[in-house]
Amino acid sequence: MRYWSLLFGFAAVASVAVFLYAPFAPDWWLPNPSGEGGGSVISTSGREIDSLFVIILWITGIVFIGTQVALVYAAWRYVDRPGAVATYFHGSQRLEVVWTIIPAAILVFIALYQMGTWASIKFRNSMPKVQPLAEVTARQFQWVFRYPGPDGKLHTNDDLMTVNDLHFVKGKPALINLRSSDVLHSFFLPQFRIKQDAVPGLVIPVWFDSDRSGSYELLCAELCGWGHYKMRGNVTVHETQSEFAEWQVKAIAEQNRSQLTMAAGPNGR
Amino acid sequence: MSLDHAKSTTPAGNSHAHTGNGHGSGHDHIHEAPTNVLRRYVFSTDHKVIGIQFLFSGLIFFVLGGLLALAVRWQLAWPWSTMPILNKLLWSSPSYGYRMPPEFYNKLFTMHATIMIFFVIIPLLTGAFGNFLIPLMIGARDMAFPKLNMFSYWFMPPAMILMMYSFYVEGGPAEAGWTSYPPLSTSRWSTPGSLNGQTFWLGALLFAGISSLMGSINYITTILMLRAPGMKMFRMPMTVWAMFITAILQAFALPVLTSALIMQLLDRTIGTNFFSPYNWSVANAPPKTGGGQVILFQHLFWFYSHPAVYIMILPGMGMVSDIIATFSRKPLFGYKPMVFAIAGIAGLGFIVWGHHMFQSGMNPALGATFMLSTMMIALPSAIKVFNWLGTMWGGRIQYTSAMLNAMAFVAMFIIGGLSGIFMAATPIDMHIHDTYFIVGHIHYVLFGGSMFALFGAITHWFPKMFGRIMDERLGKIHFFLTFLCFNGTFFLMHIVGMHGMPRRYADYTGFAYLNNPTVIGMNQFMTISAFGLGAAQLIFAFNFLYSIVAGPKSGDNPWHSNSLEWTTTSPPEHYNFLTLPTVYHGPYEYSVPGHDTDFMLQTEPMRPTDPAIDPVMGDA
Repeated sequence: MRYWSLLFGFAAVASVAVFLYAPFAPDWWLPNPSGEGGGSVISTSGREIDSLFVIILWITGIVFIGTQVALVYAAWRYVDRPGAVATYFHGSQRLEVVWTIIPAAILVFIALYQMGTWASIKFRNSMPKVQPLAEVTARQFQWVFRYPGPDGKLHTNDDLMTVNDLHFVKGKPALINLRSSDVLHSFFLPQFRIKQDAVPGLVIPVWFDSDRSGSYELLCAELCGWGHYKMRGNVTVHETQSEFAEWQVKAIAEQNRSQLTMAAGPNGR
Repeated sequence: MSLDHAKSTTPAGNSHAHTGNGHGSGHDHIHEAPTNVLRRYVFSTDHKVIGIQFLFSGLIFFVLGGLLALAVRWQLAWPWSTMPILNKLLWSSPSYGYRMPPEFYNKLFTMHATIMIFFVIIPLLTGAFGNFLIPLMIGARDMAFPKLNMFSYWFMPPAMILMMYSFYVEGGPAEAGWTSYPPLSTSRWSTPGSLNGQTFWLGALLFAGISSLMGSINYITTILMLRAPGMKMFRMPMTVWAMFITAILQAFALPVLTSALIMQLLDRTIGTNFFSPYNWSVANAPPKTGGGQVILFQHLFWFYSHPAVYIMILPGMGMVSDIIATFSRKPLFGYKPMVFAIAGIAGLGFIVWGHHMFQSGMNPALGATFMLSTMMIALPSAIKVFNWLGTMWGGRIQYTSAMLNAMAFVAMFIIGGLSGIFMAATPIDMHIHDTYFIVGHIHYVLFGGSMFALFGAITHWFPKMFGRIMDERLGKIHFFLTFLCFNGTFFLMHIVGMHGMPRRYADYTGFAYLNNPTVIGMNQFMTISAFGLGAAQLIFAFNFLYSIVAGPKSGDNPWHSNSLEWTTTSPPEHYNFLTLPTVYHGPYEYSVPGHDTDFMLQTEPMRPTDPAIDPVMGDA
């Protein structure tokens, strides 16, 4: 029954077809600003990660097609048939050497080729030398942001606190200090390809940027309890620094007003 | 072993002092099976009975774990919709309109993974097939330590009871994921499942771990000490090699998991602070003194659980190698490279655990070194794939259902292996970590790999276990449906995963980039395929149970295979072999030129006219 080989062939062709189609459909590919297909990326890390992804996709795709073709061909060609005799051999040293050295070289190449991007995104000494945008504290089940107030310093009385609301400016690297106040969480910006666990007891710097203004989403990517799935934050990228400043002034005014209201509330006097 | 013993008619054990028989005294005597039913079938020391006990309990838990997975899939396809009938039985209350509570969803995936890994795949591969096959394949009468073997099975029921009982404790079963990271798992207030369920979970895993540990000591000793005359290490079937190296992995890695679990248990119960940061509180609980390290648990956990991934695939690789060689009617291509590749996977398996922790806050420089070692572990896996293809090449492939499942193992393992390269690359892992891409990858390795290997192995060795053959037609229908539905269930997970859909989310539709007809539609497609996958297993269950009682008798060697288990009766007597066999060559001498048959049992001496076996590649 050599037709069984076609089943394996069908699965392989379908797999390849899915990945050939994916770049052309925005909802099938790496997440992009809505409505745009593959290839449009909005952050420095995103550009590097996407290009590495595509390189590995090509390499693995070629290996996949090669091995599946060999499997399907062998399954078709060498089916048990009347009069057939299996060849008696135990292997080939030459082939073993070839298919050890070539994959080894490719794998080492892939690993070394990734190092630079990894270092530039995660190593502390390659972080942009800028004032931190905010301190981000993850807790069950929200993101608390502490922005420095007008004095430009964190942990002073004029700090701006927001919940689930991240703001930064287009074209400027944003550096945050990530903490957790209870369990593990993970700061995940899918559109920017950024992920970093928030670890109780540690403060971990994370940086990212965007070359396009707009609103995006922040997720928790490390299981943190029953409300894990709803730990959503809004991300707003402002077109200019002044637009960001404008938002900040408004938000601080809002914060002062609500604090005053609280102080002057029914039981305040 | 010299050839002059070839025609010996005396019990072979007598003439070969180095072959023990379980008593270490060098003389061979045969025990009859105990007549007491309890000692024969329940508290048995017979490795075959114990293997079949592991097989049945593993398959029962496979049903349970599968049902949990279907409930997970239901929620992902139609978030918060009521499930017919079951919703009223299993969870929730009328006040929620019988909607699945999100914490119950977390319990579902936690218990699904825990059950599938610790109660299905590991017990089936090493417990069932390790036990059943090792003594038969190396020509021993039983394991080296039969009583220890019995205990290794009877440590499992307490684990199963703890696991099942945790569904009925206050707060319900554990819900911190199968990885069970603190502080979520150690702080009793952090989430309902951490109130009591987590303690039961830890207890269950400790029992299961001790069971595996006892098994692994037994396997190592048995393989080293009790091989039949002539059974050199390099004449053992790949199954035995894989079980041997798996047992070494377990023996070295499990103590680390055991200590990590005990530390977590102490943190939860008597107030130690291995994993709690200084002056720490979760969910407004009274603060803990702390002083521990959260990431420490992840290191300890993955130091075991990464090798555990290989524990869950290596035995499958071994059994698939035997099945493919048998049904290609051809010697295994590159026997010795295959052995070295398994050893390489096991060795490298100990230095790659950090790739689960690239985004954990561990020093990123360490991540870079783990990336290199992780890339290198793909190499022995690639070598194995090429050798399987080489085995089929030039063969005479017989499409039995065992062979089809073994081929599916190869085809699906290629996908699982290649997708692993993406996550081994640290920058790409930054995006796909904790997304459905990972879920897709793990299922291509563990279902596409291990489960297809198990379906193949059950079909292949069923005659030896029960003396009957499973129905081939049903087996092929089961394979066809399983293969299609498996791919339908898991392939698109790569797509939604790279689109950024996180795992362990009870509801992803609250996010704009995921709340679109494509992502939701794909999830519904996966769920429908998953239900098909579940339904297809009914065919297998029927075939399995029906064939035990009414399948056609198989005879001793229905597949015309070479290894020692096929030289004895089906099912074998209590003592396995009437006289201990003598082995003259490796198990892969199929289609030797000049022979009438295309197979040559390992007990059949080589003929002077036979071509010499390649000493570098072959099983000489």
